[in-house]
Amino acid sequence: MAEALDAGAPTFADRFPQEAAVVKAALTSSFVALFLGAIFGIVQGLHRTNVLREIDSQYYYTILTAHGVLMVVSFTIFFLVGLFTWATVRSLDRPVVDIRYTWTWYGLMLVGTLMAVVAVLGGFFPSVDISADVLFTFYAPLQAHPLFYGGLAIFVIGTWLAGADWFRAWWAWKQDNPDERIPLQAFMVLTTMLMWYIATIGIAIAVVGFLLPWSLGLFDNINPLLTRTLFWFWGHPVVYFWLMPAYLLWYTVLPTLSGGRLFSDPLARVVFVLFLLLSTPVGIHHQYVDPGIAEGFKMIAMTNTMFLLLPSLLTAFTVVASMEHGARQRGGTGLFGWLRALPWRNPAFTGMALAGLMFAAGGFSGMINAGMNINYLIHNTLWVPGHFHLTVGTAVALTFMAGTYWLWPQLTNRQLYSRPIGLAQVVIWFVGMALMSNAMHVMGLFGVPRRTAEPQYQGFDFLASFGSITEFRLQLALGATLLFISTVLFVGNIAASSGTPKRSGHGRPLSQPLSGAADSPAVLDNLRLWFGIAMVLVVLAYTLPLVSIIDGGGLLGRGVEPVPVIAEPLTTLAEPLSAAAEPITEWAKATLGGVLR
Amino acid sequence: MNIHSYEKIWLVLATLLIVGLISTVTYGATAVGVEMVSDSGGTINASALDEDPRFSEPRVEQVGDNEYAAYVVAQQFIFKPDPITVPANSTVTFYVTSPDVIHGFEIVGTNANAMVVPGEVTELTVEMNEPGEYGILCNEYCGNGHHVMEGKLIVQPESEFQGGETDG
Repeated sequence: MAEALDAGAPTFADRFPQEAAVVKAALTSSFVALFLGAIFGIVQGLHRTNVLREIDSQYYYTILTAHGVLMVVSFTIFFLVGLFTWATVRSLDRPVVDIRYTWTWYGLMLVGTLMAVVAVLGGFFPSVDISADVLFTFYAPLQAHPLFYGGLAIFVIGTWLAGADWFRAWWAWKQDNPDERIPLQAFMVLTTMLMWYIATIGIAIAVVGFLLPWSLGLFDNINPLLTRTLFWFWGHPVVYFWLMPAYLLWYTVLPTLSGGRLFSDPLARVVFVLFLLLSTPVGIHHQYVDPGIAEGFKMIAMTNTMFLLLPSLLTAFTVVASMEHGARQRGGTGLFGWLRALPWRNPAFTGMALAGLMFAAGGFSGMINAGMNINYLIHNTLWVPGHFHLTVGTAVALTFMAGTYWLWPQLTNRQLYSRPIGLAQVVIWFVGMALMSNAMHVMGLFGVPRRTAEPQYQGFDFLASFGSITEFRLQLALGATLLFISTVLFVGNIAASSGTPKRSGHGRPLSQPLSGAADSPAVLDNLRLWFGIAMVLVVLAYTLPLVSIIDGGGLLGRGVEPVPVIAEPLTTLAEPLSAAAEPITEWAKATLGGVLR
Repeated sequence: MNIHSYEKIWLVLATLLIVGLISTVTYGATAVGVEMVSDSGGTINASALDEDPRFSEPRVEQVGDNEYAAYVVAQQFIFKPDPITVPANSTVTFYVTSPDVIHGFEIVGTNANAMVVPGEVTELTVEMNEPGEYGILCNEYCGNGHHVMEGKLIVQPESEFQGGETDG
């Protein structure tokens, strides 16, 4: 089962050159977004910790919006569509139905991204009347330029069409293989996309029904709690949309990398079905401390959220068991001694293993977030970005990078430029994130807020119950710097790989599960059934809260006016009070008064 | 379906953990009576706070024996009143709303932490113990001056506390 045995097999690029081109394009878009996102990330990391403040703090929020959107929309989802195209075509062993259609959805996603990114970057140029400093969550009544909402809508439509592409491929396959079980990777793709179709109902209504026409001036008022709730209707399942491609790699590639086989195909299917069922009716757990939502609805969301731990805990078991199986195949022995027999020199393996380890830590901090009462301590503090940099920022991002080291040669027929650099890169990421995330979690416990350019206040100091705030600020900055270096090494390594000579023999077939699909009940493959149950759960979880929000605040809110994000007002804060421009309002004066006193 | 016996044990333990987590919160909410933010504050016209008797003049008011109501407006980029002054050893219910965008209301170093949404009134009850001073900050991005948005909560010794009124 060592890689060398399989070397020489035809690659994905050999067998499906047209699809390989789409996958490469999607992954390249993903890595461009990652690189830009990392530049914005390091600027933020150094700015908020006061290590290096080269920009005016108002631009911090432009940078934060760009970092968020590029990382969790562009980087993750472009990678997903690339990986899912590969997984569908590979596991069904047939090309997509119409490659022009495939390029169409990719094009739509690209256009959508460019629109949103232009709107966000417009924030840097006060002379340009375009900006979208509304952060990734774009809570109304903060209002972005219509280009931002339009771009998001087109991007999401692109993902819908992509899902339809994979369903078409599956239906075509089914005509030829009526009695066969859905291949595992295709099963993962299809269940994930069903989850995505349900989840995006929320964002589609919020953006197309409210935010886009509102930003175009078709109506003035908006119900901010309604659009916020619709955002989180999508905003939680989207984290599983980021995570499922990583799970797909852990379940179907990592066992092979370990030199063994997946422990159980049936339980892998159960896990994906559970995610389809439970990912969406939980979004209200982001709103535990919101007004306007009854405690009972929050309890329901919490109960669903806790049960969502189950598929992740099952995954932890299966992944570790598969790795142990691989290690024992490679001659590993002993209770823990088998760990030494794993291929730690392979960056693809090590990256995924470290990502999985960090995901366990992220899971524990997530349990704190999910606890309705203890959440009060950490809500909207730096703890929260500390948490999701472990999950999406490492479990997902590091797995994607590690998976790329394995997949890229099979898409290009070129060797990776440097495996040692790859190995160093994944380890640097792990160390950098350990530092940054630890500092964020700890400072969050001391009450330091997230999403804040200068978390230093005039009237009070944060009290550190151990260590010092300065120490943790520096730890955060150091971690951010290592992460930036790691990203540069990754992107550079992939870019330099285009210079290695083309040769054949990069194909790496995947091993079969120990317990195969035949061991699982056929009902698991009944996608209609699971989709139906998932819809029922969503209706149960959301109908009453949404009705009560609309009933209380009105469909378009009561007296809530748009607040466009524009660059001017704050520049006056940087100047002396006497120089404050004429339009500065009473409240701004009051603030300055308070600050100067 | 063929499930390995170790995996079955793991499944049972995982389920126990989940049920345990849910139970602790349920216990806290029911038996201990930890009150959480809900829809009890009701809704409000965000453009007409000055016509609302509670928020036209943000203030602290005595509403019972050792019980106080604090009517607070969070807006770009201040809290009103500032400071908020309350007596020690009292129960204070904060009613917080916003005339403009979404804000956060965090009393630093405590678990008093809630969202403030225009059109809604956030109701949050806090037990005040020892005298002291706490910072208040906005922990939700609310515009390009978000980082200067802060306030102060002063918990005065009961003997020094005068009436329920503080000027905004």
